[in-house]
Amino acid sequence: MRYYIERRRGVAAYQQIVEQTKRAVRAGVLKPGDRLPTAREVAETCAVNPNTTLKAYRELDRDGVVELRQGVGTFIAAPAADRGHEPAAQSPLYAELAQWIGRALAAGLVEEDVRDMVELALHADRTVRRAGERDGGRA
Amino acid sequence: MSAATAATAVQNRERTALEVTGLGRRYGRRWVLRDATFRLPAGRVCGLVGPNGAGKTTMLEIIAGLRGATAGEARVFGELAGGTPARRRVSFLPQEKPLFPRFTVAETLRAGRELNPGWDQDLAEDFVRAGSIDLDARVGRLSGGQRTRVALAVALGKRPDLVLLDEPLADLDPLVRRQTVAALLGEVAERGITVLLSSHLVAELDTLCDYLLLVAGGGLRLAGDVDEIISVHRRLSAPTDRVPTGPGGLPTGLEGHTVVETHRDRHHTTALIRPGGPVGEVWESIAPTLEEVVLAYLEQSDSAPLISPDSHVPGAGREVVK
Repeated sequence: MRYYIERRRGVAAYQQIVEQTKRAVRAGVLKPGDRLPTAREVAETCAVNPNTTLKAYRELDRDGVVELRQGVGTFIAAPAADRGHEPAAQSPLYAELAQWIGRALAAGLVEEDVRDMVELALHADRTVRRAGERDGGRA
Repeated sequence: MSAATAATAVQNRERTALEVTGLGRRYGRRWVLRDATFRLPAGRVCGLVGPNGAGKTTMLEIIAGLRGATAGEARVFGELAGGTPARRRVSFLPQEKPLFPRFTVAETLRAGRELNPGWDQDLAEDFVRAGSIDLDARVGRLSGGQRTRVALAVALGKRPDLVLLDEPLADLDPLVRRQTVAALLGEVAERGITVLLSSHLVAELDTLCDYLLLVAGGGLRLAGDVDEIISVHRRLSAPTDRVPTGPGGLPTGLEGHTVVETHRDRHHTTALIRPGGPVGEVWESIAPTLEEVVLAYLEQSDSAPLISPDSHVPGAGREVVK
């Protein structure tokens, strides 16, 4: 695991490590039992302050993503029972999405169109939800 | 990391590395540093920023025991700065690196060993070798980055608990700077040492440092954890015609907040504030970068200082946030 820390407004360096680790777990790049690099390794490869790395690992521990084993290291935790924590590549939803993308590309769409469609659908869903919340509040 | 060094690292983190109370230094009639009071928890990497002449080097020299204070005191792990117990625990690397050009790297390290009872030869040699530096090379023939690494190896070879670095990165190119920072932070991780370093490279401090001290106008303006300092500030902007100047001389809507700095032109008004409550809707409010916070305090050196709770010295009578 190699972290890339950039200077980003509003996103502290430790949050970037948290995000990147979670993303790697979702993508199945990191699997339960995998050891995360030590704070020293991250410092020496990425020039990141070890206190930043430790802060990120403590937060990942609180979120149940990793297990801190004192004196041994930091390991990716076994997935929680609910589907949300399953590695994306093994989820049935992923299989459906992959099929759909196959159909979209076969129909002549390019990658950009596919991304736009996903964004559009997410946006429409958000709008519907928000309207639902407002109506629910009034009732 | 072995269990023993991990335990030492944890212990170091829980203690106070440095406590400075009412510290001041006068040269002739001029005070370069006045009434500085703060605490630096152990295990932190702390940036010391401020304009030239604000007393950064003076502060480092007093803590290192190379210069006396005119007022107040500094304590290193509870020991008075300047005394033998404190000096044993501190390593100071001045901006002009104290190296003999005619010595080889090996001779430089040997001198370090002879001058320092607690010397760690393996640590110093490993640190030099990791930078692909030949132990038989003469110091005078090394590049700027290599000389910095050798000087750091000498500073770290003393096995200090507190390392003071005066502009350690100033004359290095970006790649060497990154390598040097990586090597230094590796040692911090391994041994839980505390680092206090002065720097002009404000933009690079947010990944290097987790703690910050800012001196300007003779006094301490900011002290605390970097994430915490950022999180208590907001950067605001609004169209100038919607935020006319109010009775206090400030744009409307900023009453009740601590205003660090404002800037106004025909079209836009911006401000850096420590919010005292919700901010009016006319203002667009975003999280500032560390650089923006630092520059705002440097520009307005009379703004209210911010000393965070864990850098507050009890009974010192300064503002504490939270």
